[in-house]
Amino acid sequence: MTRVREDFREIIRLVAPGSRVLDVGCGEGELLEMLTREKHIDGQGLEISSQGVSACLARGLAVVQGDGDRDLDHFPSGAFDYAILSRTLQQMRDPRRVLSELLRIADKAVVSVPNFGHWRVRWALLARGRMPETAALPDPWWATANIHLCTLHDFMALCDDLDIRIEACAALSEGQAARHINPKHALENWRAETALFLLSRG
Amino acid sequence: MPKSLPALPEIETRGGIWRFPADKPLRLDAGAEFAPLEMAYQTYGVLNDARSNAVLVCHALTGDQHLASTHPVTGKPGWWNRVVGPGLPLDPDRYFIICANVMGGCMGSSGPASINPDTGEVYGLSFPMITIGDMVRAQAMLIEALGIETLFAVVGASMGGMQVLQWAADFPERIFSAVCIGAAPRHSAQNIAFHEVGRQAIMADPDWRGGAYVKAGVRPEKGLAVARMAAHITYLSETALQRKFGRELQSDGLSWGFNADFQVESYLRHQGASFVDRFDANSYLYITRALDYFDLASEHEGILAKAFQRARDVRFCVLSFSSDWLYATSESRDIVRALNAAGCRASFAEIQTDKGHDAIFLDEPALDSALRGFLASAAEKRGLK
Repeated sequence: MTRVREDFREIIRLVAPGSRVLDVGCGEGELLEMLTREKHIDGQGLEISSQGVSACLARGLAVVQGDGDRDLDHFPSGAFDYAILSRTLQQMRDPRRVLSELLRIADKAVVSVPNFGHWRVRWALLARGRMPETAALPDPWWATANIHLCTLHDFMALCDDLDIRIEACAALSEGQAARHINPKHALENWRAETALFLLSRG
Repeated sequence: MPKSLPALPEIETRGGIWRFPADKPLRLDAGAEFAPLEMAYQTYGVLNDARSNAVLVCHALTGDQHLASTHPVTGKPGWWNRVVGPGLPLDPDRYFIICANVMGGCMGSSGPASINPDTGEVYGLSFPMITIGDMVRAQAMLIEALGIETLFAVVGASMGGMQVLQWAADFPERIFSAVCIGAAPRHSAQNIAFHEVGRQAIMADPDWRGGAYVKAGVRPEKGLAVARMAAHITYLSETALQRKFGRELQSDGLSWGFNADFQVESYLRHQGASFVDRFDANSYLYITRALDYFDLASEHEGILAKAFQRARDVRFCVLSFSSDWLYATSESRDIVRALNAAGCRASFAEIQTDKGHDAIFLDEPALDSALRGFLASAAEKRGLK
């Protein structure tokens, strides 16, 4: 039996039953399938890879092959109750625009980002003078798709700037259950390996 | 055509020609009314008691109703035998599958080669100009005549895909789901240009006789064959053509003349020659014109999304082929964006293949699995067993 990713567990907990959900970068549709089964959602995926899209279609999920950077503006405002963007924001060309687009097309957004303020990341730079390779940031600098990394507090500053309200936040660490945190707490910017936010328009 | 398809069992099929009475005319986009309308069709499988499992398949430019049964003229297997059959994505054990020859066609539905009952002669160019919208309205009349209120799905590729879009725009309440493969929401300048070459080839053939060739007892076979040859190039990708033929010669050396030295020439000549046996030249003119006139957005203030405004309850699946340059992926993306903007539920995948537009009819497992997944999920939502 495969273990359910902890961030998926937390997302499933956050999403209200029967809601309309857009999963941006839905991969092979595992999360959408779980949400459909457990929360009876009306789901839609957006995925860039052919392989992911084929897998979603074979699972009977509604999926559009497309690019979160380019294709969100074609969705009408308020089309969804939730827009999910899991561990992808840091790979977008324009995260600021993507974030506001998510909250245009959906009432709420569930966004998770690796925290570049995590102590292991800081340690790698400070003590070893090398780019970090951690559980949340596993690839070497020359192979990573991450182009817009941020710390937990950077992310919050952007939300503030965009008038986005943080309704809930959970810290995720490899192999551990989600831990609900107050993201404003300075210590969390050291402790959270990945942070998952429930956002709404302020 | 694929070289070696495994033999498929002959699927039980019923067919016929539905003759609408003269007082049930088809209203045409060009303004006039057409009567009496005749629609030739085939069905596969059985309509369930709830009449909820009917699937209409719309054929492409030179296709016909012989979707999965032996073609009466050519003796070849049905054009979508690979997709329609027991255990296949369109399974007649589950669905009642209908395919009708389009209005304007030449396999039994009313077209320029039909006899005009008023004159007792073949219509020829006195046949009215038709559109994709007219074809769909004629199909809707047939579906109603067959006692089906709502189709579980309307499925089509190429020109068939355009009919699917037209169904969604004109009769959204009569379809539960829609599958549009390798199509476009409008004909581009390049599409029109290729069609014009084909039409000019037909009309330049002295045997065309101003469209009255039947009366003269001749057929513009050379012109129609050239039209088919030009069109066939647009169905293949450059990669597929290169892989299939390269610069391979027919025999050992060059003929130093204008024989079909190259295999690709011989192939195209064969495509042209075999086409004229089963297709009517005037039908080719009328249907290519209908395609050229197709521009779904123009019927909706120039905004494609408006065409789908009433189709929010329809489940859509749009598929394109990466190497299709006739109706490229960008066209399918325009359709999907319009669907999203209209708030419709849509799936879209670009199938990776080097086979070009022709991939519709070829062995393409990704197409099968996408179709299978989409239809199975829609069938579940529809409560079909």
